[in-house]
Amino acid sequence: MTSVTVNGRRYDVNLPDDTPLLWVLRDELGLTGTKFGCGMALCGACTVHVDGQPVRSCITPISSVAKSKITTIEAIGADQVGRAVQAAWVDMGVPQCGYCQSGQIMSATALLKRSQKPTDAEIDEAMSGNICRCGTYVRVRAAIKQVAGQPGAAR
Amino acid sequence: MSAPRAEGPTDRPVVIANVSRRRFLQGVTALGGFVLAAGFPSAARAADPPKYGADGMPNGWVDDPLVFVAIAVDGTVSIVCHRSEMGQGVRTGMPMIVADELEADWKRVRVVQATGDEKRFGNQDTDGSRSTRHFFEPMRRCGAAARTMLESAAAARWGVPVGEVEARNHEVVHAKTGRRAGYGSLAKAAAAQAVPARDTVRLKDPSKFRYIGKGQLKLVDGRDIVTGKAQYGIDTRLPGMLYAVVAHPPVYRGKVVSYDTAETLKVPGVLKVVEIEASAPPAQFNPLGGVAVVAANTWAAIQGRRALKVVWDDGPNAGYDSVAFKATLEEAARKPGKVVRDNGNVDAAMAGAARRLDAEYYIPHLAHATMEPPAATVRIASGKAEVWGCFQSPQAARDLVAKRLGMSAADVTVHVTLLGGGFGRKSKPDFAVEAAVVSKAMDGKPVKVTWTREDDLMHTYFHTVSVEHLEAGVDAQGKPIAWMHRSVAPTLFSTFVDGAKNEAPLELGMGVINVPFAIPNVRIENPEATAHTRIGWFRSVSNIPHAFAVQSFVAELAAAAGRDQKDYLLEVIGPARRVSPEALSDTWNHGESPERYPVDTGRLRRVVETVAREAGWGRSLPKGRGLGIAAHYSFVSYVAAVVEVAVDANGSVSIPRIDIAVDCGATVNPDRVRAQMQGAAVMGVSIATVGEMSFKGGRAEQQNFDTYEVTRMAGAPRETRVHILPGDYSQPLGGVGEPGVPPIPPALCNAIFAATGKRIRRLPIRDQLKA
Repeated sequence: MTSVTVNGRRYDVNLPDDTPLLWVLRDELGLTGTKFGCGMALCGACTVHVDGQPVRSCITPISSVAKSKITTIEAIGADQVGRAVQAAWVDMGVPQCGYCQSGQIMSATALLKRSQKPTDAEIDEAMSGNICRCGTYVRVRAAIKQVAGQPGAAR
Repeated sequence: MSAPRAEGPTDRPVVIANVSRRRFLQGVTALGGFVLAAGFPSAARAADPPKYGADGMPNGWVDDPLVFVAIAVDGTVSIVCHRSEMGQGVRTGMPMIVADELEADWKRVRVVQATGDEKRFGNQDTDGSRSTRHFFEPMRRCGAAARTMLESAAAARWGVPVGEVEARNHEVVHAKTGRRAGYGSLAKAAAAQAVPARDTVRLKDPSKFRYIGKGQLKLVDGRDIVTGKAQYGIDTRLPGMLYAVVAHPPVYRGKVVSYDTAETLKVPGVLKVVEIEASAPPAQFNPLGGVAVVAANTWAAIQGRRALKVVWDDGPNAGYDSVAFKATLEEAARKPGKVVRDNGNVDAAMAGAARRLDAEYYIPHLAHATMEPPAATVRIASGKAEVWGCFQSPQAARDLVAKRLGMSAADVTVHVTLLGGGFGRKSKPDFAVEAAVVSKAMDGKPVKVTWTREDDLMHTYFHTVSVEHLEAGVDAQGKPIAWMHRSVAPTLFSTFVDGAKNEAPLELGMGVINVPFAIPNVRIENPEATAHTRIGWFRSVSNIPHAFAVQSFVAELAAAAGRDQKDYLLEVIGPARRVSPEALSDTWNHGESPERYPVDTGRLRRVVETVAREAGWGRSLPKGRGLGIAAHYSFVSYVAAVVEVAVDANGSVSIPRIDIAVDCGATVNPDRVRAQMQGAAVMGVSIATVGEMSFKGGRAEQQNFDTYEVTRMAGAPRETRVHILPGDYSQPLGGVGEPGVPPIPPALCNAIFAATGKRIRRLPIRDQLKA
């Protein structure tokens, strides 16, 4: 038995300790906003925040986050930066299929919380772990810049 | 403007619904399994006149407002979207067409996703860049008919001639008396009105469009996507649902010999192991077979599969090896093959040419790698089955599940979720049939089958692999007088017809035979190639290798002649003219009428000229940078791209900017056209720079994103400028989802040549520029 704290709520989970957080969120807690993409921390679709840091939940055993505060896409709007990122995503029409965008938003929010005016190189570094097969990268970059109040935000 | 709230399938009571049914069913109603399954326009019987566009698709089109529109007494307008949303924006664009003609206020519109039911909704195959071009007119008529019914109801209520009232932004107005009635108050009476005859329906003048062509509306699903509420196939959750993954044969057409479940059944959460019988060839959309592990959650199923010991018979494709197969294709490309187009006398012109040039181009297999891997859920109860999943072709899912379960299609309901990417993969609902087989084995309990990334990459319906061999004879000025193109690639028809070895008309018509160049002597040949894996369609399909070869070769000819690439390309395209597809031996023409959709070289020239001007063609660039151009006609749209590339001292490629000019006719949602072109640029870059699936011992060598690379943020173009040419709503529309991809790889490689003098003829580029 492990306990996890997700979006401010505590849950007891009766699954093996090595079960990845991703599958606990999706299959046990019904929080399907966090997506499965690769299972090997290669694509970023499963990104959540663990104590404010972006983490790939698909390779994170639940036992390793029992004492942490986990935030998922469903609750990132409660954060001021997260809310601004979501609004910019809608405003600039970033999503195409939308599947990877939970992870993109979680990574972008973490970036903007540690760097208010990220450079292009910082954006590349923070976001290159998140694959978008529809190819929304130009708008992801533009939306990040819009939140940061930087020029070059034209979509 | 705010977005209307998106809704899934609903039985919410509405007023204009379930009254009299008028069937506007047109087109083909009964088709053989192959045509239906493949989702291609029907091959008309000899006696029938040919059918084009939506008329030629299985189950044609429907424009009945009673099928697509419902108005509730509170004024909420529900509009059905019968096409699948996979990122192209169809759940916004299609209802927008109806809403505009209906004079509905978008803020009060709800979008309802259709179930898979082509008899009711018309063709639902969401591929071929066809949704808007086939349904723009039916959806306009549908909205206009509903508007007419509201106007008639209001006129009857007020006892005034219908010609005196006008529907305007969610209400009907009688200007003379200033009376107005909201749509909700008219809903009941409107429902009692007869649906107007199609030829009496009055469409809006395009100058009065509120939404069509404006691009100001936000995505219907945008808010749900950014808050994690959007539901994809993989997100389906039902009470008592079980989770399964399938161990597939590692080699196509391999079979299970035996399996040992002892370790699997020890994994906590694993419930049962179910064998899925291998399907006999041809592959079609049938399951590959294998062994399913059923568990209480996805992770347990994955762990259980890992512990499974299966002995496989690899079957006839055990020797498939990409290195050897490339040599096989090259050998075929260097010998004469089936002649599929022949104009003038190529041999004589070659013999008399001042100079002859040749080149060969290679593009490997590719995997779609949709970010959401295939996933489907099936529940069986009381002789009926329900299916949930990410389907580009929900009717095919319905028919195949019904067939596998021995049911009538009427007893199978297919709920279409959002698709986390499609790109052609999700046209093939083999994964739904797997879920049906497993659910049946679990006494009908709901079972979700999830493909892992490894399943997806190793067992997709691969984009073909091809060698394109080109030869040209040029005159003393370097102008081509003879053109010979041999295209060799396993055909996607091998997936439907066992042993098919030649490219089908629809593949040849993707930019190899229907190249409208002003060259008097042209011969196109297609030598045979054998498929050793499942070949499928991948966004823009055969246009990828064909455009890469043709547009690279034209640039090579330009370089040999010492000419500017853009000027030379325009000269090869020749003067503006409308070329009949038949004159190019193209019997397919994207399923469209040759009269309505000729190949218009004027439009092709215009996108070249536009993109060159907008990109600043000819501008001076620092060392290591270059511009390249390419143009391609596909899905009855015209696209040209200029890529600016930077190649550093280590041979690393980056892309500061891409310009794309697109002429797809008039647009419904220009912001989504722009988005599709931006996305196509990234996919084109991905194909050109890193994309490759290879086989050894019959097995796909790439299993996840560590080895099957796709373009990420840092490798993507830093800036993509899209230039949409103005269109006319009275003219036929073109496709948007796919035509942006083909020009990108050749434009990029032409830019690399300009920057470095090095010509890339084999994709992906990967480290070919490293010193």
